[in-house]
Amino acid sequence: MSAVATITDLAVSFATDAGPVRAVDGVSLDVSPGEVLAVVGESGSGKTVTAKTLLGLLPETATTRGAVVLTGRDGRETDVVHVSGAKLREARGRDVAMVFQEPSSVLNPVYTVGWQIVEGIRAHGEVSHKVARQRAVEVLRQVGIPDPEHRIDHYPHQFSGGQKQRIVIAMALVLGPSLIVADEPTTALDVTVQAEILDLLRTLRDETGTAIVLITHNMGVVADLADRVAVMYQGKVVEQAPVGELFADPQDDYTRALLKAVPRIGEGTARAVERASSRPDGWADSEPVVRADDLRIVYPGRFRQPAFTAVDGVSLTIRPGEVLGLVGESGSGKTTIARAIAGLTPVSGGSLKVLGTEMRGAKGRDLKAMRPRLGFVFQDPATSFNPLLTIAQCVAEPLVVHGRAKSAEAARRRVDELLEAVQLPRSYGDRFPHELSGGQRQRASLARGLALDPELLVADEPTSALDVSVQARVLELFAELQKELGFACLFVSHDLAVVDLLADRIAVLYRGELVEEGTGAEVLGAPREDYTRRLLASLPVPDPVAQAERREALRALQVG
Amino acid sequence: MRFLLIIPTVFILVTTVFVLMRATGDPITAALGGRLTPDQLAERIHAAGYDRPILVQYLEYLRGVFTGDFGTTLSDNRPVTEVLTTYGSATLELAAYAIVVALLLGIPFGMISGYFRDRLPDAVLRILAILAYATPVFFAGLLLKLVFSVWLGWFPVAGRVSTNGEIAMQMAGADSGFMLVDAFRTGDPAVVLDVLSHAVLPAAALGLLTAGVFLRLVRTNVIGTLGTGYVEAARSRGVAESRLVRKHAWRPALIPIITVAGMQVAMLLVGAVLTETTFEWRGLGFQLAEYLQARDFVAVQGIVVLMAVVVAVTNFLVDIIAALIDPRVRY
Amino acid sequence: MSAAEITPVGTQGAAPEHLGGRGSWFKKLPVVHQVRQSVGLQRGMLIAGIVLVAVFVLVAVFAPLIAPYGWSQLRSLDGAFGAQQAPSAEHWFGTTVGGYDVLSRVVWGARTALLVVIVAVVSSIVVGVLLGLVSGYFGGWLDRLLVVVADAIYAFPSLLLAILLAIVISGGQSNMWGGIFAAALSITVVFIPQYFRVVRSEVVRIKGEAFVDSARVLGTGHWRIMTRHVLRNSTRTLPLIVTLNASEAILTLAGLGFLGFGIEPTAAAEWGYDLQRAIADVTSGIWWTSMFPGLAIVFTAMGVTLMGESLNDLADPRLRMRARSSKVSGDVAATSVEKGDVA
Repeated sequence: MSAVATITDLAVSFATDAGPVRAVDGVSLDVSPGEVLAVVGESGSGKTVTAKTLLGLLPETATTRGAVVLTGRDGRETDVVHVSGAKLREARGRDVAMVFQEPSSVLNPVYTVGWQIVEGIRAHGEVSHKVARQRAVEVLRQVGIPDPEHRIDHYPHQFSGGQKQRIVIAMALVLGPSLIVADEPTTALDVTVQAEILDLLRTLRDETGTAIVLITHNMGVVADLADRVAVMYQGKVVEQAPVGELFADPQDDYTRALLKAVPRIGEGTARAVERASSRPDGWADSEPVVRADDLRIVYPGRFRQPAFTAVDGVSLTIRPGEVLGLVGESGSGKTTIARAIAGLTPVSGGSLKVLGTEMRGAKGRDLKAMRPRLGFVFQDPATSFNPLLTIAQCVAEPLVVHGRAKSAEAARRRVDELLEAVQLPRSYGDRFPHELSGGQRQRASLARGLALDPELLVADEPTSALDVSVQARVLELFAELQKELGFACLFVSHDLAVVDLLADRIAVLYRGELVEEGTGAEVLGAPREDYTRRLLASLPVPDPVAQAERREALRALQVG
Repeated sequence: MRFLLIIPTVFILVTTVFVLMRATGDPITAALGGRLTPDQLAERIHAAGYDRPILVQYLEYLRGVFTGDFGTTLSDNRPVTEVLTTYGSATLELAAYAIVVALLLGIPFGMISGYFRDRLPDAVLRILAILAYATPVFFAGLLLKLVFSVWLGWFPVAGRVSTNGEIAMQMAGADSGFMLVDAFRTGDPAVVLDVLSHAVLPAAALGLLTAGVFLRLVRTNVIGTLGTGYVEAARSRGVAESRLVRKHAWRPALIPIITVAGMQVAMLLVGAVLTETTFEWRGLGFQLAEYLQARDFVAVQGIVVLMAVVVAVTNFLVDIIAALIDPRVRY
Repeated sequence: MSAAEITPVGTQGAAPEHLGGRGSWFKKLPVVHQVRQSVGLQRGMLIAGIVLVAVFVLVAVFAPLIAPYGWSQLRSLDGAFGAQQAPSAEHWFGTTVGGYDVLSRVVWGARTALLVVIVAVVSSIVVGVLLGLVSGYFGGWLDRLLVVVADAIYAFPSLLLAILLAIVISGGQSNMWGGIFAAALSITVVFIPQYFRVVRSEVVRIKGEAFVDSARVLGTGHWRIMTRHVLRNSTRTLPLIVTLNASEAILTLAGLGFLGFGIEPTAAAEWGYDLQRAIADVTSGIWWTSMFPGLAIVFTAMGVTLMGESLNDLADPRLRMRARSSKVSGDVAATSVEKGDVA
């Protein structure tokens, strides 16, 4: 059978402020009918640009060379790179369709979802409104939107995130294209929703025979859905292989490094056991650095909107030198707890004691003694540094504020030590934050958090904005420093595998409530609660064979 | 809830005007200061009640504003309310013409400019829009007058209607104050034509200024929505480019456009004041300039308060309309 | 391919302008940097704007050298100028109904306009930024009150507010400096809410950024957070608003003058006032008394607006144009994956 899409020696460069930058460099790929081809890579690898080229969606600043030939179901061929605008428009939606990363920004907020699906149908040939609408209802039912006859007249904001992604898939599917390009289709979604969307894509491929080009950075997703994998690095395809072969026997060094960097559940358990056994006697009775009792945090409503309870009745403790991993999906309240511990969000009910200070009703003056003993690492490396100060000035800020140094210059020796501790060259101290990469910035952020040698470090999703290989390095550094300096830590993350790597104990949050708490072996090895089980089963593992088994296990859970 | 802000807003505006108008003293001294003896002046001030405690005067002023009583003008001894109702319609008519011109030019050209962004059509339209904005409306008026009235003789130099037309209206009993409406009521096409020919130049002067602002507004917002994910997604489904602009980019852009366009009502009124002065278009703006010359601050205060309240109320209505258009608010 | 071949990715491409070598300070100056950065239409607009503004400023500064006569001069050694004289060798732009030389009044008018713009913009920035910073940073009832007041005044028709203020400040007319300050301060009060709104919303945004949270976690004092972290980050867009406001200031000044609230002709030259005096001239076909002051306003306001608009485009990465190459070129760069991370 001939390929539905053939990319031959594709090269793309973009005009930027710094002159042209090459994003894709000599890529050749083809996709067979009914096949799922995963294109994997980290940021800057050119995978998204390659995907957009398949639909001719590159911005005007792009210059393209090579050929991208699509073959429709009727055998018509279109060379996307060289074809005229009108022909390209005909091919879009009919021969190739796209599923985007962020479903909420892809649906036009001022039109009903039905209007948007019907529009796509009627853009390709004379179809009566009634017939098109009928077709739209069918396709919505096909992607699992309940009550489609009624829901078709709803606006996008009336659907949940997972449902929106289903609607985006319905739009891609409606004209029966031979190829769907899915650009990080589950990245913006919670892990339980991700599992559902991946299931949907698999079913649709099986039922309609549509080929899928799956763009992703997540090796678990690849293992779950792909038939064949192309690994991209710096604009080039470094390796192409069937999925089983790639995971079992990766050929390229980059692929190997990438696979090795993916955190796997169970890796941290041994380390946690070892640490637990080396605790001194009486440690369990020592005064905890954090003790939350029936903690309640409410965001007051404004203008008659109801108040929102973000955290409800949570009790937990962190003892000296202990790492507590706090896991949950979006809206679970995990970040709120982290911010409350640092005094950034007021406590509404119950009690929260941090380093001996009661946070409920605490004023700025009450927190004075506690502050130098606590460090914080933020999620977004892009905004966690004042863009107008150098890295050295930023890292010195805690020392200056707490009177350990007169000025940033006077603190420079300590700053250099800190930078070295997080494995950044001293000279980086003189750079500005935007001159560092995301991983480097998170390391500098760690240096700032540790500047005062705190007893407690709060890390709010410190690696979730990083590429997986960068994340691996930062996590490793984190573990080393924790071992060396012995600070207690609250580590917040949405990723079970990441938390498992570092934490002594794991607490699972769901909608503001604490669902389950225990050591990694307890929570991940033998979860007691349904929600934990579902969360665990939804997390795709980077191994196609194991993932197939887990999929079955998840299905059993959902049925049961 | 945010809509309730209209109440404090109007209150603040009304108070601001009072404070500013009385900061320099009483209006009678300002108007007649040099012309009367101190005794006569004191008598007039006492008669008008300007020697009472300022707080009492303020409360009386507030009561007057909310009951529609703005006092009596000093220069020609007319109730200010009568001035407002007599000349308000002329200003409203001029503003309506300008809005029509602005919408007809600003929206389509703004969309074209946004779509062809940074290419030739956009370059030409943008420079024209900046020119329209940078030209003071009174200078544009004078230029139009010079070229089309004085040199070419196509349109009358000033006013809203010729004497014959005015007589025809009086005979027909048409006195709504809206010249075009009245002209139609005479049933005489010549009168309608006469009124329209008087309106062309003022409407063009004020309309071009407003159109320039609208064009910029539409352009910026359409560029913003053209760059969004949903436009790219619609493009990926094979939707035609013109439809992307007319439907996908335009409708979401409309919400901020309406909100900001509402704020331009203030600019439109200021423009109307200046245009009326240029073309002797006897509306509130023309009247305001006259009273300013006469230093009749009672009249000035009434006209300014009315205009400020009109602006605030229009903004309020526009906000509600914008909210009604947005399905995220509606549902 | 081996691990060693994975090329290190530096910061090139991320922000080359900060890595410029010696002698590049000139290229980093505001405006100069933008001219170098711009291409095509945006560059044309920016340069046209700069040229017009430069002409305006030079004329204003060197008015005594350029203007053939004083702004209130009615006669030369050869006798009186005469009223409404058409352009001639002695009076290139003719004379006004009051018998002044139009060219001289246009030239001196630039000086008045420049002074008013400077005073108005500087004073409204100082007050607006201060209020916006405090209000946005501390929030609370004072913030809410200031926002409502600022919104109300923002909605007030600007020229009418300026008229009221002109009445308060100068009683309507005055000498040169009194008139300039009256006009400038009237405009200032109109502009303060704009700066207040912009700075406040920036402050509120910055306050939510992680680096401010980071300072708060440390227990940094309010004063230090405001001055070191918030203030400079929240005033980055001000140069744009300044240019856009400068044109509004020129137009408002002209509007005030046109309604008779400008500066007495004997105190200083003012374009709007001259236009008002020219209304009657136009009806009788005398064009030079209105044309030249009018064009002066248009060119000045246009220059400032062109500059502001193109700076605005350049500041916004979504609107900035970039030179597109015809061939695929450039290096692969700017990934966040570093050599040390993949090993």
